[in-house]
Amino acid sequence: MTLFFHELRRARLSLIIWTGVIAFMLGVCVMIYPEMSAQMEDVSQMFSDMGSFSAAFGMDQLNFGEFMGYFGIECGNVLGIGGALFAAITGVTALSKEEKDRTAEFLLTHPISRTRVITQKLMSVVAQIVILNAIVAAVTALCIAVIGESADVQAVTLLLLSYLLLQLEIAAITFGVSAFLKGNGIGIGLGLAMMLYFLNIVANLTEEAEVLKYVTPFGYTDSAYIINEHALKGEYLAVGAVLTVIGIAAAYWKYRKKDIA
Amino acid sequence: MNAIETTGLTKYYGKSRGIIDVSIAVEQGQFYGFIGPNGAGKSTTIRTLLGLIQPTSGKATVMGMDIVKDRTAILRRIGYLPGEATFYSGMRVREILALSAKLRGMDCSANAKVLCDRLELDVSRRIDELSLGNRKKVGIVCALQHDPELYILDEPTSGLDPLMQREFYEILRERNQKGATVFLSSHILTEIERYCTDAAVVREGRVLASDSVTKLGHTGVKRVTLRGVTAMPAVDGACDVQTVNGTTSFLYNGDAHRLLRQLSDVPFDDVAIADPDLEEVFMHFYEKEGAQ
Repeated sequence: MTLFFHELRRARLSLIIWTGVIAFMLGVCVMIYPEMSAQMEDVSQMFSDMGSFSAAFGMDQLNFGEFMGYFGIECGNVLGIGGALFAAITGVTALSKEEKDRTAEFLLTHPISRTRVITQKLMSVVAQIVILNAIVAAVTALCIAVIGESADVQAVTLLLLSYLLLQLEIAAITFGVSAFLKGNGIGIGLGLAMMLYFLNIVANLTEEAEVLKYVTPFGYTDSAYIINEHALKGEYLAVGAVLTVIGIAAAYWKYRKKDIA
Repeated sequence: MNAIETTGLTKYYGKSRGIIDVSIAVEQGQFYGFIGPNGAGKSTTIRTLLGLIQPTSGKATVMGMDIVKDRTAILRRIGYLPGEATFYSGMRVREILALSAKLRGMDCSANAKVLCDRLELDVSRRIDELSLGNRKKVGIVCALQHDPELYILDEPTSGLDPLMQREFYEILRERNQKGATVFLSSHILTEIERYCTDAAVVREGRVLASDSVTKLGHTGVKRVTLRGVTAMPAVDGACDVQTVNGTTSFLYNGDAHRLLRQLSDVPFDDVAIADPDLEEVFMHFYEKEGAQ
């Protein structure tokens, strides 16, 4: 487990910053809700009547004037985008940074098998994502308690869980990509995360593109569905699970035999 | 059992050459040099032995184990010094040395301390602040602190000052006398000539010759120096003619009797016929063989 702890140690600053920013932003969103809701009465109707703009962000099916509706949309914006970017950067640099920083030669000439290198790096990525989400969840729960809103606990839990799964999926896919790269690939990771995010927006806009929801993990983080149905869509999750496994398998397949320059 | 044995080891990077048909044998306890100019394939050979890159064809064993199948077991018994040692930025020397030991599942702190003292390496410094030479020393301690049986050193002295080079070779010699095998690559011939017992010469991806260092120097080639002669006499098999201050010298490759017959009519004041040093042999004969 030497490499696992070494990885976590090296990642700590970035993890602290990302966790801090996401938890702070989501916390602020929750804390300002009482103020917002007072002024929301008139606005909430407007928010859900903006046609495709409302549809793009799922605001047509959620009541912005209620706490859960508000939380569902804010959570999607902050934890959805922030978490996806963090997962993409962490995943895509996990293996490739060793070659980019020219430390791969140091690491891989020690008696540690490639398989163990991949496994411990993957575990470190998963651990970072779990830590980030646990802290964000704790801060969110605390803030909800502070403002005294009666939240739908089950729906909040499912929402946070869906974003955890989304991040794990994105991390697994970019981790697979990481095995093929020689540079650091942050651009590729960020591009991929943003593309998945916009695919979901396109899918929200027109019914013909709804099939895209199978492709992007943002499909199963649909706040309206989760809050109204108290469930995650199984078929989207299943596709996500398959993509996750493919990403991880690709990493093992490629990196175990990769020529290290 | 040989410490290193390769048979027909070949590596292509796509279509470009890495090494072609490299066959060498390094016996246990040898101090073995791997000589060749830049880009000859020295590092490619070493990186293949370490499992960093996969051979295109051919086989190799290290301590009797297969380089592809038994990679981890081999690495446990090797100390490797890369040509350009790079470490995790932000870490201190002490942390790097501890990390290296931990990745081997060992505690090498006592050994590391001795080595750092001998090489005058300050372990409290940050990696990023170190000069090239000091970074090299960190690499050396990482390669030596776990007392391996086989040392694989890629251009070990580049960046080290002459005093440190001497200290480093002194340490290697001590380890070698205790039974460890040393395999080092270099393009500096005097270094190989001074420290190595055996060597292989590599050029453009192929091994041109491998033998003991003394035999590699005794190729039958002589440097002939004629004092008091300013015009080069006609001598078959002569090359690298130099005329300085009324003295003409050339390299001669061929039958010694014929040389003497050809020289008998030359009006020299004095004559010296000696073995050239390894560098001259290398420059004028191996290069030509490689070009053929």
